[in-house]
Amino acid sequence: MVLEGRVHKFGDHIDTDVIIPGPYLTQSDPAFLAQHCMEGIDPDFPRRARPGDVVVAGRDFGTGSSREHAVLALKGLGIAAVVAESFARIFYRNAINLGLPVVTAPEAARAARDGDRVRIDLDRGTVEVNGQVFPAAPFPPLLQQLLLGGGLVPFVQARLRQASRSAG
Amino acid sequence: MGLTAAEKIFEAHTVEGTPRAGQFVTARVDRVLLNDVSGPVAFRQMRAMGAERVADPSRVVLVNDHFVPPKDVASAANLTVMRQFAREQGIEHFYDFTEGGIEHTLLPERGLVAPGELIAGGDSHTCTYGAFAALGTGLGSTDMAALLALGELWFQVPHTLRYDVVGSKRPFVSGKDLILYLIGRFGVDGATYMCMEFAGDGMAQFNMDERMAICNMAVEAGAKTCIVEPDEVTRRWASGMAFNRPVREVRSDPDAEFAARHTVKLDELVPLVACPHSPGNVRPVEEVRGVRVHQVYIGNCSNGTLTDLRQAAQVVRGKRVAKGVRAIVVPATQAIYRQAMAEGLLAVLMEAGFIVSAPTCGACFGGHMGVLDRGEVAVATTNRNFRGRMGHPESQVYLANAYVAAAAAIAGELVAPQAVAA
Repeated sequence: MVLEGRVHKFGDHIDTDVIIPGPYLTQSDPAFLAQHCMEGIDPDFPRRARPGDVVVAGRDFGTGSSREHAVLALKGLGIAAVVAESFARIFYRNAINLGLPVVTAPEAARAARDGDRVRIDLDRGTVEVNGQVFPAAPFPPLLQQLLLGGGLVPFVQARLRQASRSAG
Repeated sequence: MGLTAAEKIFEAHTVEGTPRAGQFVTARVDRVLLNDVSGPVAFRQMRAMGAERVADPSRVVLVNDHFVPPKDVASAANLTVMRQFAREQGIEHFYDFTEGGIEHTLLPERGLVAPGELIAGGDSHTCTYGAFAALGTGLGSTDMAALLALGELWFQVPHTLRYDVVGSKRPFVSGKDLILYLIGRFGVDGATYMCMEFAGDGMAQFNMDERMAICNMAVEAGAKTCIVEPDEVTRRWASGMAFNRPVREVRSDPDAEFAARHTVKLDELVPLVACPHSPGNVRPVEEVRGVRVHQVYIGNCSNGTLTDLRQAAQVVRGKRVAKGVRAIVVPATQAIYRQAMAEGLLAVLMEAGFIVSAPTCGACFGGHMGVLDRGEVAVATTNRNFRGRMGHPESQVYLANAYVAAAAAIAGELVAPQAVAA
């Protein structure tokens, strides 16, 4: 899978409270959440973001709450992937589960600037920024399978179907 | 080579894979916990997975605690979804907001967490259960949906960071200060993917409430989970709970391999605060003395326990909240609320000028019941002070123990608690 998009650059420790603030957690419609995405740090972001754009950030992206609404908000805006120096654990799982590529690529994340174009090759494990190719950390096989299969929902669906077939 | 406590607990729950640090396993969990924020999304995902029924209703716990009492129609609708799901699926452990309280304080109170158990929760502070020598870990709603549908899920067995706690704590130092000290020292991603393990003679000075405060904020260091090695304090608590299921005291082997091992000397700890806007921005309260405060909030899943209310009452007894300060206390559960009334703690706090809220996650996450305006400063016993966490992005939150928060209410500014309590 190859993704190419325009960069929105953020800093270190971008937490899920700024990605989608608490008061909006009564809702879970991605289109609604998208309107408030990054409101805590960059209220103009939903107006600037276009489908296919890529969020690039520093260390520990998605730290904090387990709210899956953070991934739903980014997906609601059509963000194609997040590239970061590192990710917080629960956000990382949530993103994979919902089929949002989360790419750990410290050098690429440091090199990319706001407005740059990046090219992410998930099969080769590379992130290209302004013609320079950087390595991305490989996904463990299970996570690669989940991500390329469209997330955890189809994975569990298949398991349940298999179980009901063998029971039948 | 010996095993860590985390490896042993995963081993006892693994259905597939090799339960060693760094390995991926499929594990069955003892509890599947959801609240009114994570629950409705998880139920939708479970149905999208094609599952009609939960795998094991007896393991599921549903708690209405975040937007309670409901602040608007949307929150009320989520509570309705929770009630319907509990009824349809025959879930016995459902706690509406008049029957329970904040999930992580409530589950142990109701005997739903025992030593050696593995608990998955749709809330990042599920790591609180380490206080009870159980492993708890927070997950998003889709992972939780898989657990509802299958009862099992993939996990990466964590490496362990071991903290040997020694020495004697000084007055006005609490469990909160131990965890803030570690987050300040090692950073908000210092324990990412890890299990933080607390052991050593010094831990005997922290009761179960204070251990909850310690473990609750392990996630603020990035940790996957947390555990306090079971000791006499654990044993006394467990015997009082009279569990009708086996209690497994799990501890790391002497030759277990730790990712790192640190000794913490309690004598060196002083009351601390985490300054805006990071739980890792930690300083002694003495160093930020004089910061003016608009609101004090004593509550939440880390520090809304009876111990916290006793500590706050000790500081404010016979005094008055400073003019211009709003002081809010939120007992974490109905049982704590009742006990605090019986002990006269709520009277002490109210006579000083505090208001008492029903148990709720409330303003901790900016939901309602005390949200901050632009430019306002709060001292809170909660666990996060991210930008905008409790309200306006230009409000500020200082995290502290209950003594420090109560002292700030009386002084109207950050101050060492001994200056007020004397």
